[in-house]
Amino acid sequence: MKSRLTRFAASVVLGSALAVGAGSISASAQEYGGELRLVVGSDIPSYDGHIESTFGMIHPIRPFYSLLIRVNPDNPSSPTDFVCDLCVGDLPKPTNDGKTYTFKIRTGVTFQDGTPLTSADVKATFDKLAFPPEGIASNRKAYFKMIDSVEAPDPETVVFNLKFASGTFIPTIAMPFNFVYSKKDLDEHGYTWHQTHINGSGPFQFVEHVQGSHVTGKKNPNYYHEGMPYLDGFTSLIAPKMSVRLQAIRGGQADIEFRGFPPKARDDLVSALGDQITVQESDWNCVLIVTPNHKVKPFDDPRVRQALSLAIDRYQGSEYLSKIAIVKTVGGIGFPGHPISSTPEYLEKNIIGYGRDIEANREKAKALLKEAGHENLKFTLHNRGVDQPYKIVGTWLIDQWRRIGLDVEQWVQPSTPFYATLRKQKDFEISLDFNCQAVVNPIADISKFLPSGGANYSDFEDAELEKLYADLLETGDEGKQRELFAAYEKRVLNDLASQFITLWWYKINPYRSYVKGWKIAPSHYLNQSLENIWIDAAERKKQLGG
Amino acid sequence: MTYPEITIETDELPPRKTILQRSLSLARKQPLGFAGGLVVLAMLFMGIFAPWLAPFDPEQANFADMLVPPGSTSEMGGGFFLLGTDQFGRDLFSRIIYGARTALLVGFTAAIVGSCSGLALGVASAYFGGYFDLILQRIIDVFMAFPLIIMALAIVAIFGTGTDKVIMAITIPFIPRCARVVRSSALAVREMPYVDAARSIGYSSARIIFRHIAPNVVAPFLIMLTAFLGEAILLEASLSYLGLGVQEPTPAWGLMLQGGAEEYAESAIWVPIFPGLAITVAVFGFNLFGDAVRDALDPRLRSQ
Repeated sequence: MKSRLTRFAASVVLGSALAVGAGSISASAQEYGGELRLVVGSDIPSYDGHIESTFGMIHPIRPFYSLLIRVNPDNPSSPTDFVCDLCVGDLPKPTNDGKTYTFKIRTGVTFQDGTPLTSADVKATFDKLAFPPEGIASNRKAYFKMIDSVEAPDPETVVFNLKFASGTFIPTIAMPFNFVYSKKDLDEHGYTWHQTHINGSGPFQFVEHVQGSHVTGKKNPNYYHEGMPYLDGFTSLIAPKMSVRLQAIRGGQADIEFRGFPPKARDDLVSALGDQITVQESDWNCVLIVTPNHKVKPFDDPRVRQALSLAIDRYQGSEYLSKIAIVKTVGGIGFPGHPISSTPEYLEKNIIGYGRDIEANREKAKALLKEAGHENLKFTLHNRGVDQPYKIVGTWLIDQWRRIGLDVEQWVQPSTPFYATLRKQKDFEISLDFNCQAVVNPIADISKFLPSGGANYSDFEDAELEKLYADLLETGDEGKQRELFAAYEKRVLNDLASQFITLWWYKINPYRSYVKGWKIAPSHYLNQSLENIWIDAAERKKQLGG
Repeated sequence: MTYPEITIETDELPPRKTILQRSLSLARKQPLGFAGGLVVLAMLFMGIFAPWLAPFDPEQANFADMLVPPGSTSEMGGGFFLLGTDQFGRDLFSRIIYGARTALLVGFTAAIVGSCSGLALGVASAYFGGYFDLILQRIIDVFMAFPLIIMALAIVAIFGTGTDKVIMAITIPFIPRCARVVRSSALAVREMPYVDAARSIGYSSARIIFRHIAPNVVAPFLIMLTAFLGEAILLEASLSYLGLGVQEPTPAWGLMLQGGAEEYAESAIWVPIFPGLAITVAVFGFNLFGDAVRDALDPRLRSQ
């Protein structure tokens, strides 16, 4: 297990270090000063990390906040390399049979309003995240279900008491959404104040947000990580259209975009600007899932769902869609390549729809549909009105299903009504949905497929799946975890075919080569504090003049 | 009493012109309108005979032939891509031919339903007058206060996307526009003695509206109808381009433009160019044809 973990970390690091074009990401002497101009393809729904799940919030707002622990910003590709942010020293070893974690908190840290940060603020933050008062949202509350209580015995100590030992605890508290808020703000202004106000202790201080235009931040002079940040400030420009973001980088109006561009955009930028562009690429902890509505006939029949999965040629899709969309890797329910996830060989032999003989798969699909009495099935695929990769994958899926004689139309909705349909109206037949996570934490990530997980829109119940997940969550033994994970995966993708996987995303970040210090992570939510980024002023002047 | 025999000498009637002769005559008098008519006919031909004209299934992806330039043959053999392929390897020529179907379906349905509804409302408004006219015209004022595309966007936002919704989104803004124009003509017709005569012998309002007034406002109605055709095609393309109209994999010109314009404008320019050209030619053709119809129906322009 350990050697697989090492191999995985090494391969992801290598992958992420891949530089396409003539640019280089190698480190050299960091320079101070300058302003980073990043473009973000989404407006900001609110400033509250505890309730939001979008890069539209993380990219402009994360630099204003601190976390208790975080993914190592110098090694963000690793799924196991976590370091202290507000805590000091190395990560604590658990005590009490893995059920107690004691963190020592830094002294001398202040919020932007000057209030000193103590363990009471950390406790108040995690109490809000894990045990929000009734009526107060905490989007990832289910992730914290192993936490029994949080204590702050003195201003420099925070103790987490767990209900059971869990391998998901550390990745969970390292999530980049866990902004540490001031207890004073929570007590005085209430639990929704942070949706519209910012008061953090991160590397940058909030200056202004002009709705629909930009967010600006300036260097925090009291930042606690020595010598950081390097930048004087940053401006996050809001540009929902991809072509605008692309042209902004090309024309020198912006330096970087952190979410990622499709391959064609990368090629165009590299071809136009040559060594003025650096490209980093990585597997992405994001996957599009086909979600049948089990309450709608004939999708209540597992044979129909299995047939739909069998019709998809994932290997050909990977080969060709990776040329036009931000998808690439064939995988199961867990992040591909992670030690606990199924290997490609295992998937090929054991999971429906992963066999290499697509003709045989499609014959079987037709037979299953015939057996179920739905040979000429006609239905509508519900999809999100976002090109990359939703609409491209949706169009590809329709083509795959046509190949077994199905008649499929596409129903596209903008994001807000799309989610209203999934969560409230529930009047869809089959929908695309996504599972995008921050920290690579497969055991937590696969709660997406759990009927009681809160984010599964297939609308079904299955006691066996719930039991498998509960056992998985409470198992510390890695071998047993792997066994339970495989059983859970088989239950989801084979027995129930309750949902099924299309292709995992692939992250491509082309940016101006004078931007240094940033390292790609397998998530567009990670490593976004901007503290380790610096500008090569001479190179910038060479490229942009002035 | 006998009557002298009278012989009336008449000139021989001129020979009846053939369709070809009449077309040539029209082409001489209205060259632009004639060209527009040819475009309309070509579109109709493409729309009706699409299954026989298109060399490939317009919805069938063929990944081995992704982004193949115009004039290439298929990697898989057995095919020639006159206008190249898109990012899914679909033949652009076939999609443009089938796209004419979508454009005509949306254009004709929206224009005919919109202008017919406008005709009925406009004539009724003029005929009944009084509070009915007053209230209806104020409602029409409200609808006409919004630009066409904004109104269509609002309707799509309410009802959602898809071909049927797009037809609805384009039809609704057409109704008040046609009703307003038709009403102004119907106000004059309403005062004609034959309308008074029809009323005096007890004909129902519906009969007077549809049998006596409506046929006499057909000229402005036809002008609106033909003008709406081009507008509807452009609106459908605009909504599809914005991702709010017809959805993949249905071939539609605006949708093809949307899929290709942003990402392939530089590296595979044929992807946005050909659907863009198809939209331009179609709208230009319908507009020219509409202008010719207007000229033909307007006595003042006809005399010139």
